[in-house]
Amino acid sequence: MSTSIHVEAWQVAASLALVAVAAAISFWRGADLERDIGVATVRSFVQLTLVGYAIDLIFEADTVWLVLLLLAVMVLFGAITARHRAEKVPNSFVPLLIALAVAGASTLGLVVALGIFDPTPRYLVPVGGMVIGNAMTASAVALNRLGDEMHDARSRVEATLALGATAREAAAPTVRRALRSGMITLVDSTKTTGLIFFPGTMVGMLLAGADPTDAVRLQLILLYTLLGSVSISALLATTLAYRNFFTPAAQLRELEKA
Amino acid sequence: MLFELREVGLRRGGRTVLDSVSAAIPEGSTAIVGPSGAGKSTLLRLLNRLADPDRGTVAYRGRQLDSYDPLALRREVALVPQLPALLPGTVESNFRYAAGLAGEPLEAERTLALAGLDPGFAERDVAKLSVGEQQRTMLGRALAQRPRVLLLDEPTSALDPAARDAIEAALTELRRELEISVVLVSHDPEQARRLGDWVLRLEAGRVVGSGPLAEVLA
Repeated sequence: MSTSIHVEAWQVAASLALVAVAAAISFWRGADLERDIGVATVRSFVQLTLVGYAIDLIFEADTVWLVLLLLAVMVLFGAITARHRAEKVPNSFVPLLIALAVAGASTLGLVVALGIFDPTPRYLVPVGGMVIGNAMTASAVALNRLGDEMHDARSRVEATLALGATAREAAAPTVRRALRSGMITLVDSTKTTGLIFFPGTMVGMLLAGADPTDAVRLQLILLYTLLGSVSISALLATTLAYRNFFTPAAQLRELEKA
Repeated sequence: MLFELREVGLRRGGRTVLDSVSAAIPEGSTAIVGPSGAGKSTLLRLLNRLADPDRGTVAYRGRQLDSYDPLALRREVALVPQLPALLPGTVESNFRYAAGLAGEPLEAERTLALAGLDPGFAERDVAKLSVGEQQRTMLGRALAQRPRVLLLDEPTSALDPAARDAIEAALTELRRELEISVVLVSHDPEQARRLGDWVLRLEAGRVVGSGPLAEVLA
């Protein structure tokens, strides 16, 4: 897979025409997203450019330690970002951090151990980024749902505690639904992949001139890997976070936001 | 004494809910009465440790409540909340869940009868019951655990008079059939008269009267 493609800066600039279309639609129909579209455009440019330089450096240095440092930073920022989606869950940061770290480490460890990818920066950086990014989305969605459900189902949870159920038993239906909602987006998109949309990796490889068979195989590996990381992160995040709603005596904590 | 509270204080959201409450609740049937916001429901929740006081102590049968395993305590001292909150499924599956938690065999028909429900209710979907029927299912679910004490938080406040009478009849019948103590929270002095032998009156988080029915609600 030694395909290469050169993209000129003017080509990037030309694609801004579509950003203008998005902003125009927002303005025309009063969606009030022009400012956000502007911020998103600038941020994506700055962030990807910086990451591009960082990846360049890491590839040059060719050492695993720099890769691990980069992945650790991704886990940290992922947990901070996901926490904002999980505002109704008390102290969600530590569960999210553990969920992302374990999901990233175990998934990458497994694909390397199985010999699917070599433990080199060229593979670990992009795959690690995808794994941690998807794990972040899944655990954020799962904890967002957990927070909403624990508030909505508060009386049912407490009525179950009143029967002498453990916190785990009382929260079980809620935790199950939260886990499901964290996983279902990727499961559904994996089902329809190739029919309704072409996933990013495959598109990228085809554009870069790779053989379609290679593009499909690599995409499949990534989809299956992501299923693993998404389920591990959603499971850990929900399993660790639901406890924060209860005291050690299996009482529901008083929460500020009702 | 069944329960003894000493100098119990509790604050929530910057507000004093219970203020130095000292009271005794004997075996039998006790009604906790008072206007809404008096702290009645909060006091009831302390009795099976769904909440703990900030200050003071609560004893159950002479032992401090926090020396009991909270889960075992809640199976012995069952609480039926103000509004029904059943698990999705049938009436019987709710009974079975509760009985299973308490490690008790389920006698579904007897439990239905104690809760004032016909045998035909066993297979009914709880989502399709009226609020009154759901509340009786809540009562039956608590009884499926064979508790020694039943705590009832305004069990009829959301019901029409006919459904209220059905619950009250079930409770009266229950006390005749089982050796069970009942602590009932009610804002309605008439209900306390019908169901209580002993009365505890709360106002603004303080005890303003306690004793036999005839003395407190004369």
